[in-house]
Amino acid sequence: MVDSTMVLTGQTIAYTMYCLVIILLVIWFAIKVTGKGNNTAVKPALFYIFVGFLTILGVSLHIVTYNTIPWAEMDLKRSEITPDKTFNITVKDHQFIMPSEKLVINVNDKVLFDVRSEDLTYGFGLFRSDNSMLFQMQVVPGHRNDLLWYFDREGVYTIRSTEYSGPKGAFMILKDAVQVVPSKTTN
Amino acid sequence: MSFISTFINGEQGLFKSDTLTPMQKLTLRFVVVGLIYFGFVVIEGMLMRIYEVKPVSFITEPQFFAILTAHPLVGIFGSTYSIVCGAFLFVVPFLMKKPLWSIKLGNWTFLLIAIGTFVFWSAGFLSHYAPLYTLYWPLPADFSQFSVWGGTFFILGIALVMAGTALFIINIFKTITYTPEGWEKQKAGALLSSALGITGFNNLFRKNKKEHLVPLPVAAVARGSIDMALNTAVILFTGVLILVYMVAAILGFDLKETAIDALLYKNWFWWGLDLIADGLVLIFVAGTWYLLATMISGKPLFMQNIARAALLVELIVSWTVWSHHLLSDQAQPNTLKVLSGEMVTAFELITQGLAFFIALATLWSARPLKMTNPLKFLLGGLLGFALAVPAGIMQADVGLNRILHNTQWVVGPHVHVAVLVGLTMTLYSAIYILFPILTNGAKVYSQKLVNVHFWCHLLGGIGMGAFMGMAGLKGMLRRALYMNGEFNIYMILAALCGTLLLIGFIAFFYNIVMSVGLKGVIGIFTPSKIKTKDLVPAS
Repeated sequence: MVDSTMVLTGQTIAYTMYCLVIILLVIWFAIKVTGKGNNTAVKPALFYIFVGFLTILGVSLHIVTYNTIPWAEMDLKRSEITPDKTFNITVKDHQFIMPSEKLVINVNDKVLFDVRSEDLTYGFGLFRSDNSMLFQMQVVPGHRNDLLWYFDREGVYTIRSTEYSGPKGAFMILKDAVQVVPSKTTN
Repeated sequence: MSFISTFINGEQGLFKSDTLTPMQKLTLRFVVVGLIYFGFVVIEGMLMRIYEVKPVSFITEPQFFAILTAHPLVGIFGSTYSIVCGAFLFVVPFLMKKPLWSIKLGNWTFLLIAIGTFVFWSAGFLSHYAPLYTLYWPLPADFSQFSVWGGTFFILGIALVMAGTALFIINIFKTITYTPEGWEKQKAGALLSSALGITGFNNLFRKNKKEHLVPLPVAAVARGSIDMALNTAVILFTGVLILVYMVAAILGFDLKETAIDALLYKNWFWWGLDLIADGLVLIFVAGTWYLLATMISGKPLFMQNIARAALLVELIVSWTVWSHHLLSDQAQPNTLKVLSGEMVTAFELITQGLAFFIALATLWSARPLKMTNPLKFLLGGLLGFALAVPAGIMQADVGLNRILHNTQWVVGPHVHVAVLVGLTMTLYSAIYILFPILTNGAKVYSQKLVNVHFWCHLLGGIGMGAFMGMAGLKGMLRRALYMNGEFNIYMILAALCGTLLLIGFIAFFYNIVMSVGLKGVIGIFTPSKIKTKDLVPAS
């Protein structure tokens, strides 16, 4: 399955290419607009083509990501999907209160993280051992904050609050709190 | 001239503050104070850059977050609002060919923004009040972490700034619509319709099109001011709400924080706050690009009617995009996430891209142009938004936001590149083009220093945004601390780019002081000896 590392690699390549093109375009423009040449007007047709291009680009970005990023559709339709496992987590006084010391998940499980805050707005994110992010969500008090995630490979993840909740919340980290193991281990 | 003489009297002694009109002094006061606050922001930014590389002992964690809270607010209100208000209070009457409605009100705007910024900055500095500019409920009222008195003064400071902006808005609309003494009565309603785009909209359905009574940049200022009025109301209301909790705490009452729905509050506050980032900033910037492009090229604006219509679209779009800040809030309805957060937000790519194209096409029509200081900084500003807007569109996506929200990506390639490169370089372009008009022909001290400023700012701004973005893509959060050097390579490189920004700012500030001289800087703050409502002295 496509995971966040692959998505971000694609994004890095696409955005870097774009940056190089737009920087070169502005440099080219700066040279041309100050160089020798006639004061020719830009044709309106070019303008309309540009606007059309931007429209297609803006809309197609979301269509492409919706159809290629696996969690996008699952996230919007999560209320219709039955999870294989649900973890109810509470956050209070800058602490994660977990259902068990370690959350163990089977590979290929769809897991629902249902996180409730009893005081402030927090964040809830899973991070790999190299500190890269698997996913995150906001944890707003007084509301249900649930995230469905499909784990397709083994791994160990650290839970970290991804939202600022005052200086006391700077180190809301549970190291290696989530473990994804092969299916047969816990079945 | 000797160094000392230039330092005291300015380049060739050309700047004489005695010759300035009250309007010139007012605008220059705004600019000087705006630049001083920009200096605050650069120093705060560098302190945080150092802290992100290695937490230093002279900054405590609460202090770091207090700096993180003050930094964007001083940047937007103390610096940008000051420079923008000062420039527009001069440009609007200049383009409308009539005096500002009230110089007195303009002075009050200046004082309220300058003092208000100092009050909230001091409150944060002294008490470490640090709920960040987002003020997510109930954090601003969490008195187990923050001083209630510090918070009270912080919110009062913000309220003073908002009062100043309210006076600015009144002054702008009155200047557009009023009839100066001795003039033939002006049609206030028609002027307002033209400024807000109602005339243009009605023209779509009329055979006999009505002419636009208000120049395009003035229309941009008016439409941006609508967003400014709305966000001022939202921020003021939110401030009062927080103050109620603070006053209650001071009096010994403990109000229930759950009385306020945190998600509804978040929607409400982001709706107002986003009218700055995705509303007035984009509209003001587009209007400024159009003004600068026509002033630099001496040509009419390319596709003027489309540009005018796009400003109206931008205004309406800005009212409906706030939900892209709540794509990671799972209780936020999906409809809002997709429609407001993704689809309508994508319109900003179109409206801002359109402004980018129109500005470039206008400049192109006058080639060959000389690479003047306003032109080079304008191109820098255009590049900044061309880099930052698509970065924002990418994170305003349901799929990508899941792995980008609250990372350094958001604040690097999007926020810092937009503000530092896009917005600030546009403002520098405006400062350079208005400099001879506002100073009655003073000369810039050193062109070499202008070039140092330009390259340091451009490379520093883009570089810092890029390295922060790379860290974000590797999972580094914003508003978080990493004590073990997890992202040190990126943070060291970002700090080096930040140093370039600092060098650029020092070069600029020194250049400006040497251009007008210390005596001139002081003279800007003394009352004008010329009693006139004219913008510049009668020749």
